[in-house]
Amino acid sequence: MMPLLAPPLAAINWHSVLFLLFAAAACSCAVAVVLADNVVRMAFYLVLSLAATAGLFFLAGAEFVGAMQLMIYVGGTLVLLVFGVMLTAQAPFVSIKTSAGDRVLAGMVGAALLAVLLQAAFRVESWRRPALAAEPAPTATPIGMALLGVRVDAPADGTPPDAVRSGYLLPFEIVSVHLLVVLVGAAYLARAKRRRTPRSIDVAASTVVPDAAAGAWERPGAAGVRR
Amino acid sequence: MADLLINKLIKEIGLSSWLVLPDWLAWTITAVVTAGLVLNVIAGGALVFIWAERKIAARIQDRLGPTRTGGRFGWLQSLADGIKLLAKEDLMPEGADGMLFRLAPYVSFCASFCAFIALPFAFDFVGQRLNVGVFFVVAVLGLEVFGVILAGYASASKWSLFGAMREAAQVVSYEVPLGMCVVVPVMLAGSMDLVTIAEKQAGWFTSWYLFHDPFTFVIFWVYVTCAVASVNRAPFDLAEAESELVAGFHTEYSGLRWSFFFMAEYGSMFLVSALAAVLFLGGWNGPVPLAALLGLSEGTGDTAHYLVRLVGCGNLLLKATLGVLLMMWIRWTLPRLRIDQVMTTCLKYCTPIAAAMFAGVMAWQLAFPGGVVRSFGRPAGEIREGWLQGPGGAFRSEAVPRPRPAAARVVPLPGADGIAAGMGVGGTVGSSTRPLPAEVQARLEDLP
Repeated sequence: MMPLLAPPLAAINWHSVLFLLFAAAACSCAVAVVLADNVVRMAFYLVLSLAATAGLFFLAGAEFVGAMQLMIYVGGTLVLLVFGVMLTAQAPFVSIKTSAGDRVLAGMVGAALLAVLLQAAFRVESWRRPALAAEPAPTATPIGMALLGVRVDAPADGTPPDAVRSGYLLPFEIVSVHLLVVLVGAAYLARAKRRRTPRSIDVAASTVVPDAAAGAWERPGAAGVRR
Repeated sequence: MADLLINKLIKEIGLSSWLVLPDWLAWTITAVVTAGLVLNVIAGGALVFIWAERKIAARIQDRLGPTRTGGRFGWLQSLADGIKLLAKEDLMPEGADGMLFRLAPYVSFCASFCAFIALPFAFDFVGQRLNVGVFFVVAVLGLEVFGVILAGYASASKWSLFGAMREAAQVVSYEVPLGMCVVVPVMLAGSMDLVTIAEKQAGWFTSWYLFHDPFTFVIFWVYVTCAVASVNRAPFDLAEAESELVAGFHTEYSGLRWSFFFMAEYGSMFLVSALAAVLFLGGWNGPVPLAALLGLSEGTGDTAHYLVRLVGCGNLLLKATLGVLLMMWIRWTLPRLRIDQVMTTCLKYCTPIAAAMFAGVMAWQLAFPGGVVRSFGRPAGEIREGWLQGPGGAFRSEAVPRPRPAAARVVPLPGADGIAAGMGVGGTVGSSTRPLPAEVQARLEDLP
C-alpha cells in the first residue's frame, strides 16, 4: 500500500518532528514576546511559549514537570496578564517602544547566553540519542516522598533505597517559610489603611475624663454628637 | 481508548491480513479518532445540555420552555440555535485588538478541550493516561480564564473589561480551596493518577471516597461549591452578570465565536462534574459491583471485557451528567452573589473548611489506616510499610505503554527504531522490572 509515499515518510523520526514542532512554537513565540509592543500581546505570546515548553516536557515523558510548568508558569502569567490589562486600559501605556540602544544591548547579552547554553547542551552525550520511554515513566510519588525527607526511589548504582540519602525536607521547609513571609508581607502592604480621624477630635474625645458619678461611659459618644 | 477498540475491530474482522498501514498513518488515524471522540463529548454534550438547561430553567420558572422545534419536547432547539449562530454576522468592535479578539474564544475552548485528554472514561478509555492526571486537569482548567481575560481586554468595551477582571479575581481565589479539595482523594489513593484513584474505589458504593469518612463527605460539598465558582456558573457568574454588565466578557461577541465560549463553558461544567465523579463518586464503578458479582472480571474474554468497560463509561457519563444537572438546578434556584460575597465565600468559608477537613482526613487516616472496617486486626505499621515499599517495589507508572495499532506495518524501518522502542512493542516492555497485567501482555504478544 502506498509504495511511493510510505518509505520517505516512514523514515522520519516522528518523535523528532513533534519535538521540532513544539520547539519551533516555543522559540517563535519567545521572539514574538520581544518584538511585540503591546503588553497584553506580549503576555499572550509568553503564555504560548511557556505552554509549548510544557508540551516539550510531556513529549519527553516528564509529566510532573510538564504539569508544574502549566500550573506555575503558564498560570502565573495570568496575573501578569491581569496587570497588563489594568495598566494598558488607558491610552498612554498601550504600546511600549524599546529604544534601539536597548535592543542592541539586550541582543548582545542574549546571544552570549545562547552561545554558552548551546555549548553546554551539545556536550551532554545522552541527549543525542532519542531515549524514549523504554521503561515506564517514574511517577510523582518519589518526588513527593523525597520532599517529606524519605527517599524511596532506587538509586542507579544498586544501593538499597533506604540507604542514608537525604531527602529535600529542609529546602522544602525553607521555601515554604519564605513564601509564608512573602504572603504576610504582601498582606501587610495591601491591607486597608486605618482611617485616622483629625487630631483635634481625637484629643477631644480621648481627653474626656470618665466621671463615675454621672454615667461616664456615655460621655465620649455624647461629645461626638455635640460636634 | 479508540486505538484499543480499533485494534480489536481490525483483529476480529481479520483486516490486519490485508490492511497494512505505515506506522505514521496508523498512529495519525488513532490519534484523530481519539481526539474526535473527545471533541464529540464536548460538542454533542453542549447541544444536549443547552436544551436541558432551557427545559430545566423553564420548569423551575413554571414555564414550558421550547416546545415546537423537533416535536413535543423541543429537543431540536439547540440545533436550530446552532444554525442561527452559524448564519449570524461576525462582528468586531472598531477599537478592538483584532488578533486577540479573534483568538480569545479558541483559547477558552482549547483549555477546556485539553483537560479532557487526561480524563478517563473507563479503565482504559482514556486519551492519555498521565500519572499526574489530577494535577494536569486542574492546571489546564485554570487556563480557561485566559480566553475570558483576552476577550474582555480585546473587546475595547468597559462591560467586557469589568467582567474579565471579576472573572480573574474569582478564578485565582477559588483555585486555592479547589486544590485543597482535590488533594484529599489524592492522599487517600496515594496517587495522582485518575485511573488509579477511580480503581481504588471499586466495589460497593460504600467504598467511594464520598463515604470514606465524615470529612470527605463535607469536603465533597466544598468541592462542588468551588467547582461551580471555577466554571463561572450562577450564583458565581459575575463575569457575565447580565443585570449589571450587559453580558460581561462576551458582550461584543456574536455568532460562532460566541458559541465557542458557550461550548467551553459547557465542556468545563462536564469536566468538573466528571472529575468529581472520578475523585469522590467511584468513577466508572457503579454503586453495585455488578461485573464482579457476575464473574466478569479481567481475563474472562475480550468481548465481556469491552462490555464491562462500556457500561463503566456509561456510569461515568451518567454521574457527570447528574452533576451538570445539579449545577443547572443551583443556577436557577439561587440568586447571584455580589463580588464581596463571592470573595467571602471563598476566603472565609471554603478555604478554612477545606483546610480543616484536610487535617481531619489526615487524622482519620492515622487512626484507621486502610479504612474503618478493613483496618481492624491489621497493624498500622504493616500498612505503612507496604505503602513505603510501594506497589511492586518500584515507583513506576502503572500506565502501560500503548500497544501498537494492529494495522501498523511490522517491518522495522531505518530511523524509526527509536519510535518502535518507545512504543513498547514486544520485548521492550516485557523486559522492564514491573510485570505487566496479564491481558496487556497477552495483547502485546498477539500483535504481529
